[in-house]
This record gives sequence, C-alpha cells and structure tokens, in this order.
Amino acid sequence: MIELDNVAYSYGGAELLSDVSLKLAPGSFHFLTGPSGAGKTTFLKLCYGALVPTAGQARIFDQDVREMTRDDIAISRRRIGVVHQDCQFLDHVSMAENVAMPLKVAGRDVAAEQQNLDDLLSWCGLSSRANALPPQLSGGERQRAALARAVILSPDVILADEPTGNVDWEMSQRLIQLLVELNRMGKTVMIASHDLGLIRATKQHVQARVLRISNRRLQLAGADL
Amino acid sequence: MPAALTAWLTGDASADRVVPPSGFTAQLTLFAAGVMTFLTVFALALSLATGRLAERWGDDLARASTVRISAPADQMRTQTAAALRVLETTEGVESAQALSAEDQQALLAPWFGPDVPVDALPVPQLIEVTESDGGFDAAGLRLRLSAEAPGAVLDDHTRWRRPLVAAASRLRTLGLLSILLIGGAMAAMITLAANAALAANSQVIGVLRLVGAKDRYIARAFVRRFTLRALIGSVVGMICGAIAILFLPDQGEVGLLTGLGFRGIEWLWLPLLPLAAAAVAYGATRRAASRVLAALR
Repeated sequence: MIELDNVAYSYGGAELLSDVSLKLAPGSFHFLTGPSGAGKTTFLKLCYGALVPTAGQARIFDQDVREMTRDDIAISRRRIGVVHQDCQFLDHVSMAENVAMPLKVAGRDVAAEQQNLDDLLSWCGLSSRANALPPQLSGGERQRAALARAVILSPDVILADEPTGNVDWEMSQRLIQLLVELNRMGKTVMIASHDLGLIRATKQHVQARVLRISNRRLQLAGADL
Repeated sequence: MPAALTAWLTGDASADRVVPPSGFTAQLTLFAAGVMTFLTVFALALSLATGRLAERWGDDLARASTVRISAPADQMRTQTAAALRVLETTEGVESAQALSAEDQQALLAPWFGPDVPVDALPVPQLIEVTESDGGFDAAGLRLRLSAEAPGAVLDDHTRWRRPLVAAASRLRTLGLLSILLIGGAMAAMITLAANAALAANSQVIGVLRLVGAKDRYIARAFVRRFTLRALIGSVVGMICGAIAILFLPDQGEVGLLTGLGFRGIEWLWLPLLPLAAAAVAYGATRRAASRVLAALR
C-alpha cells in the first residue's frame, strides 16, 4: 500500500532520514518510536505524500509520489486517514460537520451518510458533543474527533502522529483501543509515539511491529519492547 | 445563462461554509468594486461623448469652408465673380455659392439686431464652399485666390478644427485607457483582499487539504465569494453612477461638455460593467488561490 525504497529526506541542510525502506502490508499494525525530533512526523509525512523524498522512491498505492499531481495526492488522502498530533479543525463549524468534512470534499452526500456519522460518533464516545465547536472540545475529545474524521471515509491506511500526546492514560487507552478495533476490521495502522509504556500495553492486544528511528535510520525494534 | 454558471452562482451553500465568514474585508471588497464601477461609468460616459463629438465635428466641419471677400464697394462684385470662377475650377470643390444680402443679414441679425441697416455697412461678401469627399488643396487655392481676387480670404476651418478633433479623440483614448486602468486597479485590490483572506485561512486550507479536498474545491469557496462580492458592489456602483449621469445639469445644445452621458443604445454598456467586474474578480481570485495552493502540498 505504501512503499518506501531507500528514501532519504533533508530539510535543506543535513539529512534527517536516510536509507529508509519499508513496505506497509494491508492489515498490519505498526508502532513508530524514537526520541523527539528524530523524524517521526517527517516519516509519516513521507508516507502520505505531504513531503517528497529528497532521495529514493516513495510509492503510495502503487504510484510514485514524484509523479503524482496535486489532485492525485488529494485523492490518495481519501484512502489514508491522518491524525495529527495537534489536530486542526475548521473552528467555525460544529464538530460533527468537521468529522463529516472528508465526505463533503469527496463530493459524497452527507445527508445519506448521516446514520454512519452518528454511529461513528457514538463509537468514539462523542455523540453528546456533536454540535460543539472544536475550540470548545477538551484535548481528548479533539483527539477522538480527529480520529473519527480520519476514518469516516473508511480508509485503507490510518496514520496517527502521537494520537495520545495530549491526553491522560485512561483516554490514551481508549484511543488505542479504537485503533486496535479498526485494525481488526482490516485497516492498516501506523502510530507514531514515544510512549513506550503505551506500546507495551498495546502489544498485549494486537500483533504489532515496532519501528524505531535512530541515527537517521529506520530499524525494527527487538524483543526488548 | 448556461446551467453550469447558474449552478455555480447559486452554489453549494455548504461548500461555502468551509471558509469562515469575514465581515470587514468583505465590505472593503464590496466598496472597492462599487467605487471602481462608479468611476468607470464616468470614464465610459466621457469616452462615448468625446467619441460622438469627434465624429460630429469631423463630419460637419470637414465638408464646409468659407471664402470671405473684403474689398472696396466698387470692386466687391468683380472680386466675388473672380473668386467664384477660381472656386468653380478648383478640384475638390463640389459647389461654391455667394450668400445673398438677405442671407448675410440673417446671419448678422443675432449680433446687430434686426433693425440695423446692414446694407449701409461695409460687410464682407461670404461665399459658402462645399468640399467633395477628397477635399481640396487649401494652400494652392489660397495662392490662386490671392492672384485673382486680392480681397478674398479662405477660411477652411481646419486651423481650429484639427486640434479640437484631435483633442476629442485623445480624450476618448484617455477615457478608454482610464477604464482599463480602473479594471487593473480593481484586479489588484481584489488580489490583495483575496491574498489576505487566503493567508488568514491557511489553517482552513491545510485542514481541507489533509482530508482530501482538491484544489478546485478549496479555491471555489474563495473565488465564489469574491466574485459575488465584486458583482454586488459593482451593481450598486453602476446604479449610483447611472443616477449621477442622469441628473447631470442640462447644458443645452452648445458647449464642449454637451452630451456627457449615454444616448439610447449606449445605456446597454452599463449592465456589462458589473459582469466585467465579476470576471475580473473571478480571474484575480483564481490566480491568487492557485498561487497560494501551489505552495502547499
């Protein structure tokens, strides 16, 4: 689904990532870990085409990122749900409308999908907050709303960047639980997190592979986790 | 109106909602479009009026000249006859006719009043000359007249006609240039306003891009908004301009400013102005949006 082949990325100066190769198989569950500033977010951006590798080749759904037009990338994002660390919303429309935004921009009939939307919101525990504006939501509610928005189009891949960064332990457990359930439905999931405790706890519920970025390389972490 | 345009104008209201409402800049865009159209109405009126003037002067005056004969009373008749002979044999003169004493008196009546005995005054004899389409060689004619009838003076009107016609045509050109400049200035203002709106909504654009919106979808919300604002502002400006032109004080039939305004079918230019303003806004916002979006991946 997403393939990186000897990919390197540098922001102008020295390389942040080099020789990164990875093949995300359908239905797999990956954690991505590493110290702050190691390039976890950059790596995820390479995976959803927000950045073009400075060397090597990145392929999203069998398309070379360099050859994708802006519209190709927009369409690929309808198959890749992204949850950012600092989830951003349209602050002037309600949370429910924000969650439905991918449907709207894809030209789907939002009214026809109302039942799905309601189900999704209740599954994320957000039903009572549907009409709240995003700035009125708590950190955990924002994270869950971002997750709901990422999965409303039933994407093949979900990339989450520190989805539990701003929430307490209990809430982070709930969020991970949601992602594990999505994985059980066959979605490919990749979560960037520096919280090793969370990763350990999650590995008890799901067959997860842990990738670590260190010294600009991507490595498969051993059994110590 | 094509169905696609109607659909675009009435629009998908929900798509518009993705861009937050902006009170103040919206009013500035409306205001700018209104003022610009108001000015354009006058520039257009000026162009049309001077165009008419240049055409009329060119037509009327180019075809008529006068020969004036000032001579002692006893030579008047012979010089007039000599001048008429010269004129009749001049190429480019269609007809030449000496004015009768009654005609001359009628011409002078507005200045002297009807009761002054014009016959008793040494009034010069006038000969009305009508040119053919090709016109005549004024310098050559003057030479021949001075040889045959020393008291004859050719007044071919060109001396004062040419600069006036040139000025009128130049005014028309300036008017048209002003319209272009006003259009350009409006495009610049709307580009600035659109850039400001796009910059202020960079988070909105980023979010839309993240959830899979194509450029066209993102740009449309902005483009539609600015186009409609320019259209509405421009309609108001056009109406104000039209009212101002309608209520210009009537200057009667004489004077350079006569006819500053629209005649008959010329009024149909006015409804085109808001459409042009909307087209300018559409183009300016589209360019601004595609430039901003291209910088984002």
